[in-house]
Amino acid sequence: MTQDWPLYEVFVRGKRGLNHVHVGSLHAADDAMALTHARDLYTRRNEGVSIWVVRSEHIAASTRDEKDPFFAPSADKVYRHPTFYDIPDDVPHI
Amino acid sequence: MTSTGTEASAADRDETRFEEQFDATIAKDQRIEPRDWMPDGYRKTLIRQIAQHAHSEIIGMQPEGDWITRAPSLRRKAILFAKVQDEAGHGLYLYSAAETLGADRAELTEALIEGRQKYSSIFNYPTPTFADVGVIGWFVDGAAICNQVPLCRCSYGPYARAMVRVCKEESFHQRQGFELLLTMMRGTDAQRAMVQDAVDRWWWPSLMMFGPPDDDSPNSARSMAWKIKRHSNDELRQRFVDMTVPQAAKLGVTLPDPELSWNEERGHHDFGTPDWSELQRVIKGDGPRNAERVSRRRAAHEEGAWVREAATAHAAKQAARTKQTEGAAA
Amino acid sequence: MSDDHVYLSLAEGHDDSDARWAFGTGFEDPLHGVDQSVPEGTDTAQLAAYCLALGDDALVSAQRLAQWCTAAPELEEEVALANIGLDLLGQTRLLYARAGQVDGTGRGEDAYAYFRDADAFRNVRLAELPNGDFAFSITRLLVLSSWRLALFERLAVTTSDPVLAAIAAKGVKELAYHRQYAAEWAVRLGDGTEESQRRMRDALAAVAPYVDELFAETGELKAEVLAVLRQVTDAAGLAWPETAPVPGHGRDGDHTEHLVPLLTELQSVARAHPEATW
Repeated sequence: MTQDWPLYEVFVRGKRGLNHVHVGSLHAADDAMALTHARDLYTRRNEGVSIWVVRSEHIAASTRDEKDPFFAPSADKVYRHPTFYDIPDDVPHI
Repeated sequence: MTSTGTEASAADRDETRFEEQFDATIAKDQRIEPRDWMPDGYRKTLIRQIAQHAHSEIIGMQPEGDWITRAPSLRRKAILFAKVQDEAGHGLYLYSAAETLGADRAELTEALIEGRQKYSSIFNYPTPTFADVGVIGWFVDGAAICNQVPLCRCSYGPYARAMVRVCKEESFHQRQGFELLLTMMRGTDAQRAMVQDAVDRWWWPSLMMFGPPDDDSPNSARSMAWKIKRHSNDELRQRFVDMTVPQAAKLGVTLPDPELSWNEERGHHDFGTPDWSELQRVIKGDGPRNAERVSRRRAAHEEGAWVREAATAHAAKQAARTKQTEGAAA
Repeated sequence: MSDDHVYLSLAEGHDDSDARWAFGTGFEDPLHGVDQSVPEGTDTAQLAAYCLALGDDALVSAQRLAQWCTAAPELEEEVALANIGLDLLGQTRLLYARAGQVDGTGRGEDAYAYFRDADAFRNVRLAELPNGDFAFSITRLLVLSSWRLALFERLAVTTSDPVLAAIAAKGVKELAYHRQYAAEWAVRLGDGTEESQRRMRDALAAVAPYVDELFAETGELKAEVLAVLRQVTDAAGLAWPETAPVPGHGRDGDHTEHLVPLLTELQSVARAHPEATW
């Protein structure tokens, strides 16, 4: 299945004054599609939010332990979801 | 060959250290995150479980989705449409969590439509009347909530976070189901009969949603040690029965189990034994609707291939055009 | 979160900030603060008929979108198509409710949706045509959303009925998104592969004959909407076909053979239990 759309990571600003927070991922063929999909999937038609999408492969992420070559074979796919960020409880919709 | 031996033992030492770190994280009730080291078994168990869960959401759209076009009021139509849409959303949150473990959604979809991966057996039962929409909300979503609320504390971070979202939305699903049944029970005789008939058909399959009895559930202990699973199948089943019995009384329906009774000593309801051979048959693919569910998913996937390919082709052309423009400008 | 009691733990924090978790809670009432009395001097029969016609377009379109459910080409499109269907269903309910207030019968939304026969429906025929492939559905959505957006933008400021104006104002935001979604897909499919280009050309040829009837009552809109459609087809590398319109008009109750089966399905349960409440 080489035709599969690439993976995008989605970041949503829940309301004004808050940071964008990572909410998950989705597949889309291009940036415009990723934005419309993110709106439909992660914000369900509510206004006052701002969305960032970025191709997962464009995210550089740190590792918990730099001695990770031993699990490198799987790491080439795990980069996809650098969900390192603690999400504050008061951010709705996360 | 000595150098290989040395490397191997160094690798072993690191492996041991990683494993200790992993075990300590689990012991402290902290979350494992995608780039952490994890045992192969942990990764595989999670991928299997999350994929099955995602498939269940997607296949689970079908039995109720069939009623969107026929829902008997515009309010019910909107609620049901939104609910089935939520299920697509839940499937996507879950596939997203599985992909953090190195799985590919395309591969998982292939596995589903080729019958290599399972989904919840409950969705292989038919939905002949509109009362089924209500009973699915009440029983199936109620059982799903019992199963899923503990998963919000699952040791794997992305799965736990996906479940928080799912559970919040799922509670509305259950409420809409119960509310529909309440309305129908206050309606005509025909409506009341429809509700009781649906209750009779869905009760036992719903109890089977929690999986086989504990003494016949080989992988449970390991999943519990890894804190993927927090409660045993039988504990969750008991919780569901205890929760549902008083609701059935409120509704005025009879649960089809003559052995159902309150056990003062245990502080729980006693109930009969589901027909486990039926569960095995349905899991193996002989349920009333197995073939139809999978073939519909396959058809949608295959008939959509030209659309997905067109979008990919357009994105590639756009990228090439942008490059050309930039090249010309430089 | 404790899971000792599943309901308690789910109920935690179900205040207003959680309203966005699911459909059906915490959404704003679009008619909040709008005077719902019928303005003096209104031709009530005409206003009611107009609300019904716009409601019929939305209901029939939502029904077609619901038929895509579990059949969309990708899971993300399931969510998107359902969002659009839900928006249109919401418009239907508001418009039918207004019709019931205005025509003096006090009928509720379900009376219009479930207990009128096909010959009483006044939707445009483009809405009732079967879904066809994704290219056809996208092309139809592009046309209907472009037209309805242009119409609602005008209604929001010109209609003398404050309720219809409020419904239109709410609809404008929704329809702008529907049009964007359809336009993006039309461009992708038109530009994509040989197969998708062929399917888009077929879809345009099938849709074009039904475009004329959209403008019978609102001729001045035609140029604006056609300009939008041409802009999209240009970007998609396609041409807007010049074809003869199919005679007849859905607004007069002329329908294709496809409306009766659509309504039979939609109304089946409600009509089987006419005494029931749901």
